[in-house]
Amino acid sequence: MTTKDLAHVALFAAITAVLGLLPGITVGPVPITAQTLGVMLAGSVLGARRGALAMLVFLAVVAVGAPVLASGSGGLGVFVGPTAGYLYSWPVGAFVVGLITQATWTRYNLAWALVANVVGGILVVYAIGIPFVPVYAEGVSLTASFTGSFAFLPGDALKAVIASVVAVQVRRAYPVIETPGRVSSAR
Amino acid sequence: MIGLYHPVSSPVHRARAGLKLAALAALSVLLFAVPTWPVGIGALAGVLVTGLGAARLPARLLWRQVRPVLPVLVLLLAYYALVSDVATGGVVLLRLLSLVTAAAVVTATTRVGELVAVVEWLCAPLRVLGVRPERVGLVIAMTLRFVPVIAERAARIREAQAARGGSARGIRAWATTTVPLLVQVLQLAHTLSEALDARGADDPARRPRAGAR
Repeated sequence: MTTKDLAHVALFAAITAVLGLLPGITVGPVPITAQTLGVMLAGSVLGARRGALAMLVFLAVVAVGAPVLASGSGGLGVFVGPTAGYLYSWPVGAFVVGLITQATWTRYNLAWALVANVVGGILVVYAIGIPFVPVYAEGVSLTASFTGSFAFLPGDALKAVIASVVAVQVRRAYPVIETPGRVSSAR
Repeated sequence: MIGLYHPVSSPVHRARAGLKLAALAALSVLLFAVPTWPVGIGALAGVLVTGLGAARLPARLLWRQVRPVLPVLVLLLAYYALVSDVATGGVVLLRLLSLVTAAAVVTATTRVGELVAVVEWLCAPLRVLGVRPERVGLVIAMTLRFVPVIAERAARIREAQAARGGSARGIRAWATTTVPLLVQVLQLAHTLSEALDARGADDPARRPRAGAR
């Protein structure tokens, strides 16, 4: 890890924090926070290892009490709440987004970007987040947790589209992931 | 957002950061292990006495931290009223309220530097895996510093685009703001890392000694 890698990791942890400060976009009855956009962008721009680290650093910043989660919450309490599973899923999600992005880097386009962001940023996040809800909220069944998550699907799909459009353009303007066998143009 | 530290002198401020974090963790374990009314009310009262009494924090400061969580609390209470009963919901509510307030008290009475030092201390056992604790501290410090910078750059880009008559909406608006923002801050991170390396961040042996400049 060079100092530049560390700075990039810190940068995407901070971007995820800033996304939490934005007022949520309201799609239907459910307010959607922009924060999982940070998960997708970290994986898409930094790749698997640095993307996952950025999310771990973000969670560490939340743990030391910075109110950087959407709605201004933070501290250790959020790690034991009913939606804690979604938080734990972020490093894994960013890692999977990064893996797919790196594997398809030489022929990366909007379609591959969408595949990476939907699989890592939505499927992985839901797969870890959904089973966690019944663990902490007594009386909520796994089925209810599963159906409930569908309310977030339109917002998450929208975020996957935004992240993909942005990722393709950032790859062209300032690629951070190195192309194997070629000197990186990111200097 | 970062300036949550409230500088007054109190026993709570002077307490070790590690001790305060340990107390916060213990409180959260207790509230989850014993989800009853007396424990919830006792915890909230204890937190308020510590924050407003011992730490001499203004009530307004704590309220500012708790206010954003209130809509979530109302939704949760409504949910519990529907699927189980209001009493269970009340306990869950008290638990969340106590934890959010307690976290706010710790944050308002502890300097960021002290919290980062605790994280470095917690990461010390990871040395065997090749993790350098002081670099973990550096990353967290950089993250906290980046947050206001990114927010400020984003606002500047949006203003610049509005001044040129930009009126993109929806996905297009997100892309036209986010792409230049990311490129700008990636360059900023690059410049910052070069400055850090020049000061010996990559190699502690080369770091100028304190007082040598």
